[in-house]
Amino acid sequence: MNAFSNWDIIRNLLLAVPWTLALSAIAFIGGSVLAVTMLVLRLWKPATLGRAVHWYVQLFQGTPLLMQLFLTYFGLALFGVDTTPLAAATVCLILYACAYLTETWHGCVISIPPGQWEASASLALNLREQLVHVIFPQTFRMAVPPTVGLLVQIIKNSSLASVVGFVELTRAGQMIANVTYAPFLVYGLVSLIYFAICFPCSLLGRRLERRTRIQY
Amino acid sequence: MPGNDISSDRNACLVEIRGLRKCFGDNEVLKGIDLCVQRSEVVSIIGRSGSGKSTLLRCINGLERFDEGSLAVGGHALKHGDAHAMRELRQNVGMVFQQFNLFPTMSAGQNIMLAPRLVRKLPAADARKLAESLLERVGLAGRFDSAPHQLSGGQQQRVAIARALAMNPEVVLCDEMTSALDPELVGEVLQVIEKLAREGSTLIIVTHEMGFARKVSDRVIFMHQGRVHEEGRPEQIFDCPRTPELRNFLSLPPEQQA
Repeated sequence: MNAFSNWDIIRNLLLAVPWTLALSAIAFIGGSVLAVTMLVLRLWKPATLGRAVHWYVQLFQGTPLLMQLFLTYFGLALFGVDTTPLAAATVCLILYACAYLTETWHGCVISIPPGQWEASASLALNLREQLVHVIFPQTFRMAVPPTVGLLVQIIKNSSLASVVGFVELTRAGQMIANVTYAPFLVYGLVSLIYFAICFPCSLLGRRLERRTRIQY
Repeated sequence: MPGNDISSDRNACLVEIRGLRKCFGDNEVLKGIDLCVQRSEVVSIIGRSGSGKSTLLRCINGLERFDEGSLAVGGHALKHGDAHAMRELRQNVGMVFQQFNLFPTMSAGQNIMLAPRLVRKLPAADARKLAESLLERVGLAGRFDSAPHQLSGGQQQRVAIARALAMNPEVVLCDEMTSALDPELVGEVLQVIEKLAREGSTLIIVTHEMGFARKVSDRVIFMHQGRVHEEGRPEQIFDCPRTPELRNFLSLPPEQQA
């Protein structure tokens, strides 16, 4: 009756891994690029745009990613945009990643001693020069550990994209479990694969953390 | 003509402060300061913490906004809203901080090169030469590549002085520059400042080192509760203070009534 060997299961799961990796990478890279923009807006004075950014961040931090995915998927369709699961999941995860990255990096910027701002201001640097040469190099070093943590979160949360029908690792696992009647085995393997992706990220993060620590 | 006298008097002031007022909320920390600092003059500001001396200093390069009054450096008025004017002014005003505030991601030399490179658009080779000569001037020749955390507090502060001098400012502000240093490191920093004073730099120094203020200053200002309470030549301020507040601050016994 069961025509699937273990190898069939593993092979089919592994075929879905690139989609999980791609979705996570797009969300992380897209979110990072967008987050730098948002961060600059938050630091800009007057703070009108910064306040808008603040509320966007609060909105995404205060609602479940699952709802965000539903709302993006069905919401875009409501506005007549012809969405695919790929487009909806990508857009939504980029916005989600961006919100968390913005908040985390903003926290890093705030924890830089005010003397760094004052010293660079007293040297006649403008805001752009202060950010590029003094503030962001320190932010970057401080941000390595929490950013790696967020990357791992994004990889794991990309599994939620399965609810809008995007076939990545989790969705593939669901389908295989449905036909093999071996859910424990399949979801166990799915979890192992997630672990195999995330654990090296954490290890790498720890190594980077040691190398980039700032000594004041 | 009296009008002419005023204008020539203005020209003589490198830093000119008139009627400066500053509040933090309900707390008025500067209650109308008038001050004229001439070129090559060394002015020390002394007073208790909370007397407004650091705030006054920070107003001069726009780190602190003031509510009323006017402030000009080299004849250029400080205008907070005007980014271009602020950039011009800050090139003329160097500042040395209590906590050094060196940029930790750069070497000592890069710290000094940064502003000349960015603001004065100096080519890298020239900026490097400038930084090396400034390091030599503060007694740190050969430490160009040292990271700030590899230097002692005194050495870091001397790099910070070199960094403040890199833009060739007309006036250097020193905000309690030895307060964060171990006692044995204070001397090397004060020596550098003394040398600057002898070479004719214009310095405004907020300090708790009374011996140093007496030795190096042309004029000492005693601030008390947001006002210039007493000012004069160092020997006058330290040897014959006129007000009870200054006597008290200097821990002298109250004046005996004859």
